[in-house]
Amino acid sequence: MAEKKIRHKNALGSKEKRLQLFAYAVLVIGAVSMILPFLWMATTSLKTLDAIFIQPKNWIQMFVPTMFKWENYAEAFKVVPFAKFYLNSIMVGLAVTAGTVFTSAMAAYAFSRLTFPGRDKLFFAYLATTMIPGTVTIIPVYVLMRLFGWVDTYKALIIPMIFSAWGTFMLRQFFMTLPKELEDAAKIDGCGFFRIFWTIILPLSKPALATLTVFTFMGNWSSFMWPLLVTNSETMRTLPIGLESFKTQYSTDWHLLMAGSVMAMLPIVIIFIFTQRFFVESLKLTGVKG
Amino acid sequence: MALKARTKETLAAYLFLSPNLIGFMIFTFLPVFASLLLSFYKWDITTTPKFVGVHNFIDLLGFHSEGGRLIVNDPKFWQYLWNTAFMMFSIPICMMASLGLAIALNRKVKGESVFRTLFFLPSICPGVAVAILWLWIFNPDYGMLNNIIYWIGKFLGFNIPGPLWLNSLGWAKPSLMLMNFWISIGGMNMILYLAALQGIPRDFYEAAEIDGANGWQKFWAITWPQISPTTFFIFLMSIIGGFQGGFMQAYIMTGGGPGGATTTIEYYIFNNLYTWQNVGYASAIAWSLFVVIFLFSLVNWRYGGKLIHY
Repeated sequence: MAEKKIRHKNALGSKEKRLQLFAYAVLVIGAVSMILPFLWMATTSLKTLDAIFIQPKNWIQMFVPTMFKWENYAEAFKVVPFAKFYLNSIMVGLAVTAGTVFTSAMAAYAFSRLTFPGRDKLFFAYLATTMIPGTVTIIPVYVLMRLFGWVDTYKALIIPMIFSAWGTFMLRQFFMTLPKELEDAAKIDGCGFFRIFWTIILPLSKPALATLTVFTFMGNWSSFMWPLLVTNSETMRTLPIGLESFKTQYSTDWHLLMAGSVMAMLPIVIIFIFTQRFFVESLKLTGVKG
Repeated sequence: MALKARTKETLAAYLFLSPNLIGFMIFTFLPVFASLLLSFYKWDITTTPKFVGVHNFIDLLGFHSEGGRLIVNDPKFWQYLWNTAFMMFSIPICMMASLGLAIALNRKVKGESVFRTLFFLPSICPGVAVAILWLWIFNPDYGMLNNIIYWIGKFLGFNIPGPLWLNSLGWAKPSLMLMNFWISIGGMNMILYLAALQGIPRDFYEAAEIDGANGWQKFWAITWPQISPTTFFIFLMSIIGGFQGGFMQAYIMTGGGPGGATTTIEYYIFNNLYTWQNVGYASAIAWSLFVVIFLFSLVNWRYGGKLIHY
């Protein structure tokens, strides 16, 4: 009986081991298929134009750079104003992020900590608009930009983007979790609403504010349709639009195109590696849970 | 006194709200109705708008008789709607892959965070850069995929001709679906599944083990029902997202071709708005899309909370 039990446990153990091995196999296959395209991109970006159009002799030649033509990166910078695109992307990204966090935090404070007539109806209107497809609102806003004469200005790239219903919603959810007693104590001490917001709510909400900051900046860095609609001249382009026009001009210079793609991805990948915990954080904040 | 405090609070609330509220009204709330209004006009932004009633919607959704046969007024729209729907067939496959990766990650493997970071990378990279990368991967002569197919063929001892990928009528849509698969399986959906799996109480499994359940039985009796709210949520969000997808790929990779095979509704709206300056028609398409998406959102609100197994 005892022997049988042990054998059963052993059988279970080896089965567990096999399952664990299978899990590793799935993960490794997944990881390799995720990496290969990136490797292919990096390798191509370091080749000469002639080397690109040769069938690689073996696997290694295909994915591991055998030559390091770093000049490709310098050349990509030379043939199109990549530096300007970078600058535009960074400037617009910072402005949009600062604006979004500022307006969202203020509105979220009103929605979560203050009582006023019409609050819940107004909040419902905010929430409802997050369900509306972007193109429905983009059309009139694009028309508005044309009528204002804002096309091809930083105003068009920044101002319509800094009023985020989603950001307001997310911060409101976080502010709701802060204990009410904190405010009551401050109120007795004679603190005004702005002091409470600035010295109590904001410092306690650093994780939520950081999450919104990271999300907004990264979203803006990848944003494509809006900057495409409202920019015409080369000097106003953000990185994605610049990269797209680069692609149309140098459609077969794959080594330069891959160098450009690497340069567009690199900052965001670095930011992501340092801030990835906020992505998991955002799930908790918006109440989306399993 | 109490009344005064309340008015003060209301005043403060609107002061706090005002920066966001003004922008929200101008750039989000009013545009929803503005685009509905625009859908009743024919307008190219530069000339005076012309009121056409529901004509845009008739052009878009209606049909007419031609020699006894019913012909739709805008066959392109229906083709693009079909394209959009076709691309959404990859949703269940993507979800299964995300779940598979999440289950594997949830088994307390070594280097979990490294795997998770790697899987997440494609979904945070700028879409334009990813699209250009995949354009090169799909290159029929020198691209990565056809190189791999060539090597596999050589290994097996015969020559497998790789497809033309984006240049072929039949392969164009599956190619984009493959790319989307790569982008999305390790992204937010996997993280959602992982969070759901971690939320299942351990004693459920322990109880099942005492009853002698095997791994497969445990999955169907415990895991699957426990994560069903997440599955439902991801599925609906993917559908809602799918209706609005395909713009960037079409714009950068295929130009909507070959033969309109990769033009989605979103790209059609963009072309009407930007390329052809047909604001009224673009608004009509966008609003029709909105109605469809709204129906799916209603399903989400109505049933989303009810499917939770606790």
